[in-house]
Amino acid sequence: MFNFEKEFLSDLNKEVKTGTTVMAVTFKGGVIIAADSRTSSGSYAVNRVTDKLTPVHDQIYCLRSGSAADTQIISSYVSYYTNMFSIEEGSKPTVKKAAHMFREFLYQNKQYLHAAIICAGWDPIEGGSVYSLPLGGSIVKQPFATGGSGSTYLYGYCDMNFKENMTEEEAEKFVTYGITEAIARDGGSGGIVRKAIIDKNGVRRKTVYGNKLKKFWEK
Amino acid sequence: MSGIGTGYDLYPTTFSPDGRIFQVEYAHKAVENSSTAIGLCCKDGVVFGVEKIILSKMLVEGTNRRVFSVGEHIGIATAGLTADGRRIVQNARQEAKNYENFTSDIIPIHVLTERLSIYVQVFTLYNYIRPFGCSLMIGSYDEEKGPSLYCIEPDSVALGFYGCAIGKGKQEAKTEISKLKLSEMTCKDAVKEIAKILIKTVHDETKEKEMELEMSWICKETKGKHKLVPKKLIEEAVEWVKGQENEED
Repeated sequence: MFNFEKEFLSDLNKEVKTGTTVMAVTFKGGVIIAADSRTSSGSYAVNRVTDKLTPVHDQIYCLRSGSAADTQIISSYVSYYTNMFSIEEGSKPTVKKAAHMFREFLYQNKQYLHAAIICAGWDPIEGGSVYSLPLGGSIVKQPFATGGSGSTYLYGYCDMNFKENMTEEEAEKFVTYGITEAIARDGGSGGIVRKAIIDKNGVRRKTVYGNKLKKFWEK
Repeated sequence: MSGIGTGYDLYPTTFSPDGRIFQVEYAHKAVENSSTAIGLCCKDGVVFGVEKIILSKMLVEGTNRRVFSVGEHIGIATAGLTADGRRIVQNARQEAKNYENFTSDIIPIHVLTERLSIYVQVFTLYNYIRPFGCSLMIGSYDEEKGPSLYCIEPDSVALGFYGCAIGKGKQEAKTEISKLKLSEMTCKDAVKEIAKILIKTVHDETKEKEMELEMSWICKETKGKHKLVPKKLIEEAVEWVKGQENEED
């Protein structure tokens, strides 16, 4: 029996997910975060120029993967609380504090959420830090982290190419090539590469457009 | 019996014609009936001392505490209705724990003080709950920021102090404290000075029964943790005070 809705409109009824690739890497002096720009609803790209680099505080960003709605609301909660606390305390929050707030939301509401977050930034106490908060609501501090559907294609690449205390140029190349490769291999990732470099001077945002992405082995 | 506030002093919800809330002022009087507590900020920590009147020889020493820990790094000393003080400390402990659970950091003392201040203020708003009849001194020591001492009164005003006294003998105690050079004093010296003020200046041996000294500190030596001052040090301080008396005679 032909079902019009099932055949033609099914994609539009699917939950909007950020089938994604995101990366965060510490380098000497700060962190670099990078992401692709595709938001998909089934096989329809709802937004091909999404900005997944979400600011939480002045020098703390988060990378969102999983349900777009879930991750957006949680990051705005954490942003609210970090701002309130920094006014109350008179000093900027550390990345650790913001990451632990994410953890509290993700863990306590794990039944309802489908959200994974990477919280990265710079603070004067730890310098650049990256915290990974996967699906269940655990928290782990790492020198670098990857997330999203495209990250599965990057485990080998990252393990072989990551070095501690890279320079900013080396780290930038590391993430750009990584996202490029994931975009090439993962259907859920695509578009452009958005980057942000966070160090003691603040945040610098950069973009690499599709036609400038390096082509790796391609026939 | 008619007093100053007659007619305007039944509930905290009534202002007097000259803009005072008498119930809150009466709460202050409750604090002034209690025995004295002193807090000092020294160069390497904060020391609390409380003059505890021993009501009966049957009471176990160290019972009826007036000094409490909140988290590991903050100490609170109370004067006034002890039960009211315990209630506020319970709230403080909740706040500290919730903050720690949420942010993974220990609560900064000025954040805790402000929250307690807001909590105390709520009880001055309604006619079906009374204001707290106690003052609190809140102290903490941090390697970077140094010592901090705050005092919250029943009207919820919270002020930061270098040295503070609350309770019956607070005026005399404050006079003595102002003579001390706090920024050059170590905590061990402060233990002696507080003992001296409480035993000699504040405590009246003719009028009142015996007293017990309850002292606690948060300092470099305790690595920023709130602990009771070791009994030995208190005994040495009491001996020293007695020695001072004899010298002056």
